[in-house]
Amino acid sequence: MQPQIKTNPTGSQKNSSIKSLFQVNFRQYSMIIALVFIMVLFQIITDGLLLKPLNITNLILQNSYILVLAVGMLLVIVTGHIDLSVGSIAAFVGAISAIMMVNYEMSPFLAIIISLVLGAVIGAWQGFWIAYVRIPAFIVTLAGMLLFRGLTMIVLEGKSIAPFPESFQKISSGFIPDISGGSLHLLTILIGIALSIIIIFLQLKNRRNQLKHRFDVQPLGLFILKLVGMILILNIFTFVLATYEGIPNILIVLGILIVIYTFVTNKTKAGRHIYAIGGNEKAALLSGIKTKKMTFMVFVNMGVLSALSGLLFAARLNAATPKAGNLFELDAIAACFIGGASAYGGIGTIPGAIIGGLVMGIMNNGMSLMGLGIDWQQGIKGLVLLAAVAFDIYNKNKAQ
Amino acid sequence: MTNIILEMRNITKEFPGVKALENVNLKVKEGEIHALCGENGAGKSTLMKVLSGVYPHGEYTGDILFQNEVCTFKDIKQSEDLGIVIIHQELALVPELTIAENLFLGNEIVNKGVIDWNETIIRTKALLQKVGLSESPNAKVSDIGVGKQQLVEIAKALSKDVKLLILDEPTASLNEDDSENLLNLLLEFKKQGMSAIIISHKLNEIEKVSDSITILRDGKTIETLDVMHDQVDENRIIKGMVGRDLTNRYPERIPKIGDVVLEVRDWNVYHPKHLERKVLDNINFTIRKGEIVGIAGLMGAGRTELAMSLFGKAYGKNITGKIIKNGKEVQFKDVATAIQNGLAYVSEDRKGNGLILMEDIKQNITLATLNRITKNAVLDKNKEIMVAEEYRQKFRIKTPSIFQKAGNLSGGNQQKIVLSKWVFSEPDILILDEPTRGIDVGSKYEIYSIINDLVNEGKSILMISSELPELLGMCDRIYVMSEGRITGEVLRQEANQEKLMKYMTKSKVRG
Repeated sequence: MQPQIKTNPTGSQKNSSIKSLFQVNFRQYSMIIALVFIMVLFQIITDGLLLKPLNITNLILQNSYILVLAVGMLLVIVTGHIDLSVGSIAAFVGAISAIMMVNYEMSPFLAIIISLVLGAVIGAWQGFWIAYVRIPAFIVTLAGMLLFRGLTMIVLEGKSIAPFPESFQKISSGFIPDISGGSLHLLTILIGIALSIIIIFLQLKNRRNQLKHRFDVQPLGLFILKLVGMILILNIFTFVLATYEGIPNILIVLGILIVIYTFVTNKTKAGRHIYAIGGNEKAALLSGIKTKKMTFMVFVNMGVLSALSGLLFAARLNAATPKAGNLFELDAIAACFIGGASAYGGIGTIPGAIIGGLVMGIMNNGMSLMGLGIDWQQGIKGLVLLAAVAFDIYNKNKAQ
Repeated sequence: MTNIILEMRNITKEFPGVKALENVNLKVKEGEIHALCGENGAGKSTLMKVLSGVYPHGEYTGDILFQNEVCTFKDIKQSEDLGIVIIHQELALVPELTIAENLFLGNEIVNKGVIDWNETIIRTKALLQKVGLSESPNAKVSDIGVGKQQLVEIAKALSKDVKLLILDEPTASLNEDDSENLLNLLLEFKKQGMSAIIISHKLNEIEKVSDSITILRDGKTIETLDVMHDQVDENRIIKGMVGRDLTNRYPERIPKIGDVVLEVRDWNVYHPKHLERKVLDNINFTIRKGEIVGIAGLMGAGRTELAMSLFGKAYGKNITGKIIKNGKEVQFKDVATAIQNGLAYVSEDRKGNGLILMEDIKQNITLATLNRITKNAVLDKNKEIMVAEEYRQKFRIKTPSIFQKAGNLSGGNQQKIVLSKWVFSEPDILILDEPTRGIDVGSKYEIYSIINDLVNEGKSILMISSELPELLGMCDRIYVMSEGRITGEVLRQEANQEKLMKYMTKSKVRG
């Protein structure tokens, strides 16, 4: 039996739907607008260097390991916690992987698997103290930050280990193979087109479904405009990459992660449970959600992603160093907050965190291209973080 | 002829898009207790915020005359300086500080910049005596009960040399004894010449203490009743509040009671922190199909603890006893298992334990039973919208859309969301803990109707309430608890307030 819905669920005033749509998505849009603004700004300041194919490829390579961390951190922050140890864990796992691959000449595949499992174990260790013993995450992960940094230095004996096998390096520095020999990377363009078709198909299916249920939908014009815009940006992006060396391997890894985690947070029970715990843990518990287990799993997940980040960084650097991953945690946390996550938990999205990470990454990159020193870069990044969150809170207060 | 201490003339206050108050008039005589009545959203709290300066002069139109002088308050401090003190519904005490520290918070007694603790303690003692509270000034506020905390709030108001005391729902979280105590205190202050404005949903209390009653509806003054001269009773007040006669406060129901669905035997529970303290002592009770069973008891009798310990051991340690459902013994090892076995618990603390205020209505409704909208491990959001829409119509949740955040709704509508959530979990037995606390009369009636519909469908209800008339009006059978034990079982036909009260106060020593 399906209930017959005569009134439309989003409100009786039809003409206000565009306005309300804009308000609902305002935070998402405002982040995208900020990202575009920063891109245009640096594009002008650097005389077009920023969006050169080579530099875009560099941007992806440089920021991948932060974005991987930001994905995990977003879940941690949404549950109302924080993780300060991710940089140290990344360094530690990177060091262990180097010992396995370089010192013991283990196959990269096996070493990667063992490293990810090690990350899960470390995450479980921290998750146990946070979820079951209920020690604040700030303290547990502060301890973890010191502990795993110390362990990194111990296992590396204060030295760097290098070089990694070439197949391992390729993860972070290689590109997908090409199917033609031309100057343009054909496979990259084909992937762009394939993705476009999938997006169009999914969007149309979703819209048809909503119409079937007589829900409010975006006006057709706006819908087409948005869709065309998305497809255009995607294909320009792949075309630009194709004029250089094509899609980096790491972008594939990142893309898969983003799709999976966006899906999990949006469309699964586990995702709902995570938001509920962050929104009101007591209410979540009394709704039958296993709050402790879920919190535990969020930290296990963070451990695995920290390990992955450590591997990506080691592969890019082609060395495991005691200093690896330094301050990664702060970049990842900043990415989440710039992307609209709430420090009180319950609010935040994966795409938001990615955009936040890109804002940070483009600023780093742009300021480096300008020749600004690391001192200025740090200061400016701090101010941008503060401004982004202040803007967000100002908007929220106004909305109430 | 007594003097008018406060006159509010033609007060109009607008929020973007809404007129919260429209030409409201209020006259309070010196030395009287003046009650302000109205449904939720009628504008009572807004009016008091205008009076106390929360909304500063200029944000509203109209005049405030206090002791015949026009007042233009810029903030709360200015109104307090004149002796207008407001005590809000949510207590504004710092739990981790002592009574003395709380009383003089922001108003510390200092000598050359250093706090004079001796003087503070002496003055605190004097104030505590005035409100009849025999606690040490050095006791932490978190260590005393809610009733006593309310008295501390009043003592704090007294420390400010109050002329007009405003109490917003002062007894909402108090049990009958503490409420009685507080109301007597108010009458005592009245004798000493203090004026007071009291906002309350508990009409019997208003009838008892107030001299005049001003009724607001939809942001307008409807009438001011003089308790001495007019014939004022609860029905008269309700009529003014809702604009119609509410002939029956509890909807009619013909009980269709079946077999026993739930039996609890020898249920013992210990305190989660103080493991030696037995909170529930050998509880035995039964619920039948289609029956509304009430649980009466004073604050601290263990009613909520009983409900939550049954609901998947959400409260307590070292729980022993048997739960028999439909003739079979069952174990609820956690909340999820309890829900799967057809149990639902609507908490007394809507905002703290029931809702996720920052999430929207539809997400709150489906939270406990996401399985019902999950297909192949993927949430069906279209189905979720339809489910939420169905309950919005069925329970008449007043909201522009189901995409509204739960935190933006009024108490009655929030309660309907919580009820929707648990009805959607398809339970056999619903435990309702104070289902109408802090809810206006009109919404109460709607919630009673929902409860009746549920039992008519064959569900069973266990209803915990501190309002005895509500239990008497709704339940088929009432268990009475005192000090963690069941001290009596009363059938509807033989139940009355006196009888319940007798069992409620039956203690171990005397009994």
